[in-house]
Amino acid sequence: MAFQYVLDQFVSLFVGGLVFGSVYALIALGYTMVYGVLQLINFAHSEVFMFGTFATVWALWLVGADATTAGVALVASLAVAMLIAMITSGGVALLLERVAYRPLLNRGAPRLIALISAIGASFVLSELMGLRGALASALGVDDVLGRYVARSRENLGLPTDRTFTVQFEVLGYGVTNKDIIIVLAALLMMIAADQFIRRTRLGRGIRAVAQDPESASLMGVNSTRVIQLTFLIGGLLAGAAATLYMLQVGLTRYNAGFLLGVKAFTAAVLGGIGNLRGALVGGLVLGVAESLGSGLFGSEWRHVVAFVLLVVILLFRPTGLLGESLGKARA
Amino acid sequence: MAETVQQPTPVTTGDTLLSLDDVTLKFGGVTALNGVSFHIDRGEILGLIGPNGAGKTTAFNVVTGIYRPTSGGVTFDGEQITGLKRYRIAKRGIARTFQNIRLFRAMTALENVMVGADARHTTGPISALLGLPRHRREEAAGRELALELLDFVGVGGRADELAGNLSYGDQRRLEIARAMATQPKLLCLDEPAAGFNPSEKQALMELIRKIRDRGLTVLLIEHDMRLVMGVVDRVVVLEFGTKIADASPTEVQNDPAVIAAYLGVAEDEVVTDE
Amino acid sequence: MSQTTSAPPRRSRRDLLGGLRRRLSGMPRWAQFLLMVAIALLCYVLPLLEPPIISTPGTDFGGVLFTVSVYVLVAVGLNIVVGYAGLLDLGYVGFYAIGAYTVGVLTAQHATWPWLLSLPVALVVTMVSGVLLGWPTLRVRGDYLAIVTLGFGEIVRLTLINSEWLGAARGIRPIPSPPSLPLFEVPHLDWSTGVPLVDFSDTTTFIEFGVTDPIPFYWLALTLIILVLLADKRIKDSRVGRAWEATREDEDAAELMGVPTFRFKLLAFAIGAFVGGIAGSLFATRQTFINPESFTLLISILFLSAVVVGGQGNRWGAVIGAVVVAYLPERFRGFEQWRVLVFGLALMLLAIYRPQGLLPPRRTVRAQRMEAETEALEVGEEPEDAVIAAGGPTPDDAAPTDEGSSRG
Ligand SMILES: Nc1ncnc2c1ncn2[C@@H]1O[C@H](COP(=O)(O)OP(=O)(O)OP(=O)(O)O)[C@@H](O)[C@H]1O
Ligand SMILES: [Mg+2]
Repeated sequence: MAFQYVLDQFVSLFVGGLVFGSVYALIALGYTMVYGVLQLINFAHSEVFMFGTFATVWALWLVGADATTAGVALVASLAVAMLIAMITSGGVALLLERVAYRPLLNRGAPRLIALISAIGASFVLSELMGLRGALASALGVDDVLGRYVARSRENLGLPTDRTFTVQFEVLGYGVTNKDIIIVLAALLMMIAADQFIRRTRLGRGIRAVAQDPESASLMGVNSTRVIQLTFLIGGLLAGAAATLYMLQVGLTRYNAGFLLGVKAFTAAVLGGIGNLRGALVGGLVLGVAESLGSGLFGSEWRHVVAFVLLVVILLFRPTGLLGESLGKARA
Repeated sequence: MAETVQQPTPVTTGDTLLSLDDVTLKFGGVTALNGVSFHIDRGEILGLIGPNGAGKTTAFNVVTGIYRPTSGGVTFDGEQITGLKRYRIAKRGIARTFQNIRLFRAMTALENVMVGADARHTTGPISALLGLPRHRREEAAGRELALELLDFVGVGGRADELAGNLSYGDQRRLEIARAMATQPKLLCLDEPAAGFNPSEKQALMELIRKIRDRGLTVLLIEHDMRLVMGVVDRVVVLEFGTKIADASPTEVQNDPAVIAAYLGVAEDEVVTDE
Repeated sequence: MSQTTSAPPRRSRRDLLGGLRRRLSGMPRWAQFLLMVAIALLCYVLPLLEPPIISTPGTDFGGVLFTVSVYVLVAVGLNIVVGYAGLLDLGYVGFYAIGAYTVGVLTAQHATWPWLLSLPVALVVTMVSGVLLGWPTLRVRGDYLAIVTLGFGEIVRLTLINSEWLGAARGIRPIPSPPSLPLFEVPHLDWSTGVPLVDFSDTTTFIEFGVTDPIPFYWLALTLIILVLLADKRIKDSRVGRAWEATREDEDAAELMGVPTFRFKLLAFAIGAFVGGIAGSLFATRQTFINPESFTLLISILFLSAVVVGGQGNRWGAVIGAVVVAYLPERFRGFEQWRVLVFGLALMLLAIYRPQGLLPPRRTVRAQRMEAETEALEVGEEPEDAVIAAGGPTPDDAAPTDEGSSRG
């Protein structure tokens, strides 16, 4: 009986859900911030994340980490990989803002058009990754780049060892070092982002624009800068999420961003879009619910559980679990 | 003070169209309306005045069903309308304009007014699809009414222009036409002359009189007291969500409480002679 | 009346489609009607003409035209939801799938009904599913609606994959064709010598729905498109269309003018679903098999792109958008691997340079022209960037006190 299974495996499912949920939450922050500031669903954010997963693998290659790397060396290489992933994703996010959004924002294009541009950018980014081999050979640099552009439409695996050691047991479930790293790193990142937005001058700028773009600009807030910053922070977090995701899942692909992106956006909406803490809550709730749901109905229903949950929550709490704190109250 | 009112104006028929009964509305800590009661008789032009933030627009919002009062009720044409859906209230015969113009900007002026006229129509997608005679009749009647109303408010020449492209004054007048097209019994105008110059204001007051002559009852919010005095039959004054006066224009003008309310807020709001 | 054609030459040169339309609307009614009929006839014979350049090398031209026509149907249906009513629906593929699967279940999987009988049932089912989805979700705010509908599309697809009763990942086959009525043979043109020659060895039977020849399916689809467009026009030009637009423009104001906005939104959803169901049923019968692969979120996004590329809110825009989205990739199959990349770039470029779509609704065109005129009147030769850099509100954002016209 599936229900019995869920009871038996509850802790394992729950912890697994939390781990996935923290990755969702990190990505969700990017959606929620951009939405808070621009009222735009940044559809291409999933590709910002996807670039991070590739950067993680390539960085590990670069520093020479492989299946034999262990101990401090492994931790150090992963840390470097995460840093590079964050820089990469941050850069892609900035590029995205410059190329896909800024030209539109100032033309007063209808809001849906910005979404279309985002969708276009999402296709372009994922195809650029998927066609990197073809592009490299068209430019005659495929030999130089070698394995970095080889088999570009196939899965790419994390080169390091992915057997993790159990640190301690909770009700019979062994919590591994990986679980701890992922949850802790995600939490730290989110706290840092939250504090940044709450405490710094730049962060106040973000909140000001989110609340009322017109008066913010009258008060001398440079909205272009604020928007850039928002994209950058979202990108950095997505890059961190990418490395954590690679630890958890081990594989990526040029179109790996899509499902993750949809889930993360779901998490953002679940928590209340525009609300930073909502993204955290939404991510964790989504991760756990998905995990328990797949235990109950079978893993093939995993995604269905996630979407049904979303629909149900929106029906009873139309502004998400925590409400839209960055968003404006409407009369 | 305000109790001295007795059969305020000759126009009044004594037949109540709308009444607010002890309406209180709270937004969290703010009490926007505090036990407000007043009524309008059929065929009357009632001015609703008061300083900024007094609760005038909020009173409109309660009457038109945007907010449900925390306590108290609204009776229209002999029936309770508190809690009814907004479009149902509109169909019962209350129409309004907005303090901040809210037209359907991407539709033409004519289309805007026809949306109002559609409130009285009953045919649906099937009759439209089949082009049933009743549907055609309704469309034709709606268009005719809309054109007539556009002329009536003075935007006749602009029927095919996008509402969003009309001049500010035309947009205000268009809003009145759109509201009138729903063929209401009660027309609520929220600062229809805001931003107008004196001669435009005069023209607008003339228009409001003509509206009443068409058989409508008018509830008018206006800041400019002098202006209101010239056109309304009776005035209700709100301050901080409370009714402080309900009398004929001349009585209100001399009411110390009202003068104090206006003095207390802003000099330029005070009724003075030229 | 032909005065309207005298638009500034600068504009008409840049704006080919818009100029064409201005010229069209200057023509008398009967001429417009004749032109429409001629275009429709041309569409019917297009797969027989197989004109070079337009015709698709390597793929069956008739098949491509059928695919295009299915997209057109979908786009016209989705345009009602997105363009008229302003409801961002990212899960439209769900209705398309429900239409196709209802036909599949009734004709092949669990019964052996003829296609023609399953069609009305499929349409009722999709319409009901539209209402069922809309009833709870149309109360949530616009942006949430996008994500809820996206979730709906995914739920439909995943349910199809996971449900044995619906054939799981294998899908359903064989789905029967509509009834044939073979009357006569129509020859195709042969261009292989460079000049068109009537080729009696290559013919299409009028009208036989077979596996080998997609042209009759195309004719059926085209006929349905014409019917749907006619219905669309009638409904759009009635109080229903006005109610949709008013709701899209300002829901609260619409409600206060007596428009039951929820009901009209639901109606848009139901009608949109209905049209999506027609397209899905057609797709199923032409394919003879269906599986969940044909109903991915990506397809939903292509559908939406078709509407937006064409110009949301204009039925002809939707038609053109669908043709662009469905036809261009087929035409340039040689560059298969670059297709999606180019498509993505095209979407971005379009968003920047043609944000109102290829063929925006009349109102938008008019609004733009007015804006351009007022801009020209104002001193405004100021470069756009200056305003942006200053971070100040653009003139449009300022309070609408149009002093120039009200104060003389
Ligand atoms: N949706 C709301 N939420 C919270 N407070 C509100 C809301 N609407 C109105 N208020 C408050 O209720 C009070 C009355 O506002 P209202 O708009 O009715 O004033 P008014 O008399 O129309 O003023 P004005 O002349 O400026 O239009 C104000 O203090 C206002 O801040
Ligand atoms: Mg007010």
